[in-house]
Amino acid sequence: MEDNLELLNAVILLLNYTVIPAITYGSQLALGAIFVTLIYGVLRFANFATGDMMSFGTMFAVLLTYYFQSAGVGLGFLPTALLTLPLAILAMILYMLFIDKFVFKYYRISKSAPVQLAMVSVGVMFVTQAIIRIIIGPFDRRFMDGEKFILKASEFKEMTGLSEGLTIKSTQAITLVVTIILVSTLFWFLNKTKTGTSMRAYSDNEDLALLSGIDPKKVVMITWIIAGFLATVGGVLYGLDKSYKPFVYFNNMLPIFAAAIVGGIGNPYGAFLGGYVIAFAEILVTYAYKKFFIYLLPEFLEPDSLVQLLSTDYKFAVSFSILVIVLLFRPSGIFEGKKI
Amino acid sequence: MRKYFNIIAAYSIMLFLIIMVGIFQSWSIALSILNYCLISAVMTMGANIQWGYAGLINFGIMGYTALGGLAVVLVSVTPVPEAWSAGGLNIIGSLILIISLVLIVRLILKKYKNHKYKNYFITFSIIFGVILIRFVAFPGIEAIEAVNPAKTGFLGGLGMPVLFSWIIGAIFAAGLAFIVGKIALGLRADYLAIATLLIAEIVVSIIKHEDWLARGVKNVIGLKRPVPYEIDLQTSPWFINLVEKLHQGKLNLLSSVSDKKDMLNQLVIDASSVYVKLCMTGLFLSVVIILLILTQKALYSPWGRKMRAIRDNEEAAGAMGKNVVKEHLLIFILGSAIVGLAGAMMVTNDGLFTPGSYRPMRYTFVIWVMVIVGGTGNNFGAILGGFVVWFLWVEAGPIALYLINFFTTHLDETNALKVHLIESAPYFRFLMIGVGLLVIMRYRPKGLIPEKINVKKI
Amino acid sequence: MSETEILHVENVSKYFGGLAAVNNCSLKIKKGSITGIIGPNGSGKTTLFNLIAGNLKSSKGSVVFNNENITNMPSYQLFSKGLLRTFQIAHEFSNLTVLENLMMVPSNQSGENLITALINPKLVEREEDQLKEKALQVIEFLNLKHLSNELAGNLSGGQKKLLELGRTMMVDAKLVLLDEVGAGVNRTLLKDLGTAILRLNKEKGYTFCMIEHDIDFISRMCDPVIVMSEGSVLFEGTSDEVKKNDKVIDSYLGRSNQKTMDIQ
Ligand SMILES: Nc1ncnc2c1ncn2[C@@H]1O[C@H](COP(=O)(O)OP(=O)(O)O)[C@@H](O)[C@H]1O
Ligand SMILES: [Mg+2]
Repeated sequence: MEDNLELLNAVILLLNYTVIPAITYGSQLALGAIFVTLIYGVLRFANFATGDMMSFGTMFAVLLTYYFQSAGVGLGFLPTALLTLPLAILAMILYMLFIDKFVFKYYRISKSAPVQLAMVSVGVMFVTQAIIRIIIGPFDRRFMDGEKFILKASEFKEMTGLSEGLTIKSTQAITLVVTIILVSTLFWFLNKTKTGTSMRAYSDNEDLALLSGIDPKKVVMITWIIAGFLATVGGVLYGLDKSYKPFVYFNNMLPIFAAAIVGGIGNPYGAFLGGYVIAFAEILVTYAYKKFFIYLLPEFLEPDSLVQLLSTDYKFAVSFSILVIVLLFRPSGIFEGKKI
Repeated sequence: MRKYFNIIAAYSIMLFLIIMVGIFQSWSIALSILNYCLISAVMTMGANIQWGYAGLINFGIMGYTALGGLAVVLVSVTPVPEAWSAGGLNIIGSLILIISLVLIVRLILKKYKNHKYKNYFITFSIIFGVILIRFVAFPGIEAIEAVNPAKTGFLGGLGMPVLFSWIIGAIFAAGLAFIVGKIALGLRADYLAIATLLIAEIVVSIIKHEDWLARGVKNVIGLKRPVPYEIDLQTSPWFINLVEKLHQGKLNLLSSVSDKKDMLNQLVIDASSVYVKLCMTGLFLSVVIILLILTQKALYSPWGRKMRAIRDNEEAAGAMGKNVVKEHLLIFILGSAIVGLAGAMMVTNDGLFTPGSYRPMRYTFVIWVMVIVGGTGNNFGAILGGFVVWFLWVEAGPIALYLINFFTTHLDETNALKVHLIESAPYFRFLMIGVGLLVIMRYRPKGLIPEKINVKKI
Repeated sequence: MSETEILHVENVSKYFGGLAAVNNCSLKIKKGSITGIIGPNGSGKTTLFNLIAGNLKSSKGSVVFNNENITNMPSYQLFSKGLLRTFQIAHEFSNLTVLENLMMVPSNQSGENLITALINPKLVEREEDQLKEKALQVIEFLNLKHLSNELAGNLSGGQKKLLELGRTMMVDAKLVLLDEVGAGVNRTLLKDLGTAILRLNKEKGYTFCMIEHDIDFISRMCDPVIVMSEGSVLFEGTSDEVKKNDKVIDSYLGRSNQKTMDIQ
């Protein structure tokens, strides 16, 4: 009996500190990774402005949240940010289409090398970052309101009588629900609608798609619209869960890229799963298992160090190691890249 | 001569701008900018060798810069004997363990090339090795970091002359580039960019968080200098005399002796800072010139011919017996070494090592903008790019402030928009750099000074 | 492998997705011969060259050169073993001059080592002079003298082809694979080119294997001639036998409706 409880406690501990956060973080990465992979598949370049575009969309949500709050409009127990999403997405899409028209289009039409487009995206990254900092500044901002928890540790303990608590933050549930809705809609769109299949055809083989009468302008526009959804929603979910800080968004680009490559770049399903692969790896490797082992092992074996494989300061190293391993052994990614 | 008109004109404008800063702001600021321009030029040359000669995208400039800076600390700082006796053995032990781990993995890779369980062996030895290293290193690290943490808390350096560290910085960077190149050079260009970006982040986080190595984010200040200190100059009679002589006319206008003395004091203080910076300028300029001569010589030697051939057509170069992968690795190492050298120069110039300040925008992407703006594959262009972009980067804030004030003169001082804009003036530098990059890529894709294909008539 | 063979290709295949560009192809090339390869467009001739010369990795099969297994060996190693090639689409170094294109070829130049190039300019200069002399001979041989300081990118298609042939003359090759070296070269030049190839074959003992469409040229130069179709060898014989063979004529005429067959 005692032993069973200990085991249960250990499981709850892992759920609470690794599995649930990893699913949440993984969903946020997955949205970004699908964004990267779509741009790569259809427009054929690595977009180094990814993190900042996500930040850009989130910035609108933050500003609108502040505005709605001051106007007394809200969603009750849900965060106001959800209410602002449609407007933020719209603003993001307009910005992306604007950038495409005045920057990327020229290189697409003159069939520049992907490397050149990647370099152009660095220019877009600078500009986007500048606009964000000029409008909202570089500071750390919280814009989460409404109910904070769905399940509090104390409630859980009371309910179950366990000594280990389980917390479910509302941002975690929201992240999961919104991701499921968005991603399943996207996959339905790509597989079942005519526009979606023409996008996939275009990504597979541009020349063939053009021959069969697919309008490239439309494909490009749809891609940016989808990208606008993914970037904004991914960014807002991350911001609600943690906080909104432009520099952090820029840095998130790295695990997002890693997720896209691990999943096989150009493959949205792969990118989706890649997000979770990276998130779980990052969290499992940097989690300190001391307490976990204290629950599980007999007293004389209990560890006195943290039992942490890698300090959280080195989370980039996790993304990188996975990236290197995948690139060395399966260069096309775990899930075969280059098709959507 | 006409051929060089562009280059000469561009450099003259740049020099003129710096002189303007000297006249309107101060000579000390102008020289600071010039020094940083020169450092940037060295970094740009490094990146340009990789991109221009071999088409390799290295988005890890930040990592190599930081390693160069680390070298300055490890070479020039006086050793901390207490720290060495507290944990030196453990650190040396772990170093030996790391080396043997690498050797063992290599041995497995070589000896058991086709063994079924090869990967398991390797995984097992790495995990076991890492655990062992942690056990050996951990007590040592704790002990070292406990030694007077406010002042030291690290092993210190070797106490050698700081100029020597420039070479070591280049070697450090070359070593990292060798490892990175071995892993990542086979990748497609955009993957290489991402991989190098990640590696740079890892390098910087190691430097930031391993306090025993170089104090991490607690910074190392008061580094040695290869040039005199202001304080020493201010008390040297020869220097005071020199300043007095130079400003004879100005001083003679004053009648009271004490006024004269105050004035002279102030002049000596100003002049000492200018003098120190001038010495640095001399050093940096020599580095730039030496590198320029070497790279130009190399480019037009049979070695450069081989490299240019590889750049033109990798497949044909391979068919003509050139080992493209090996040459790319060499280029990658050379370019990175130059960036490492620049990193060491920069820390020497600042006199302090601040790991927290290494950010990819400033140390990777701005450098890339310099390369693209200057003109890829062209050393004169690369140097100019370093100058122009650095100048903009520094002066963008003041320029933006001026423009904001100009356009909002009709607004009230407390107007929210005006206040907000003035507060955000520093961020306009990102905007200018970004827009500059986009404009150049669109309308002058070969950069300010396009590469001249130099036909050597024989 | 017998003494007289220099190259032995055995059951080599290469798939691009579902398409078998080269399909279980086997052939042998005799030492000292000038072997011709003909076949309709898309029959896998160039792909076969790419597989032999290390520009593509084969999906299966093996290649033996001079009694050594060279399957999937990188091309720069094959160069040092004496296996050289030219490309169907000219692969000149466009930002190098004609002279530089030739001078870059020989390996083991001291000046190709960065350190030597920087610290021992005398030695490098001496070697460069010798190289230049050799390159100028080749240039003269190819009738490109007036162009020696021109950037290779500015040459005409035919001149680029000549230049590529010239590159193989800068070293002592054993086997040279020529991919449509005559395409785009005018008649008189083609004749010179033929003479050059024959001379290299006789005087320096080069073995040649050439993909060519001009059947007159082939008849004059090559023995034997190998006919490829759909990724494998259809027929092998003298040029007269080839011209008479029914299977060969069928494969050319049956496969493509347009009579692009170059059997004139
Ligand atoms: N890199 C490639 N990718 C896909 N298909 C290729 C590639 N190279 C050649 N092919 C295909 O292989 C077949 C053989 O081509 P090739 O060897 O060039 O023929 P040939 O030289 O006899 O004209 C053609 O159908 C061609 O389209
Ligand atoms: Mg062909």
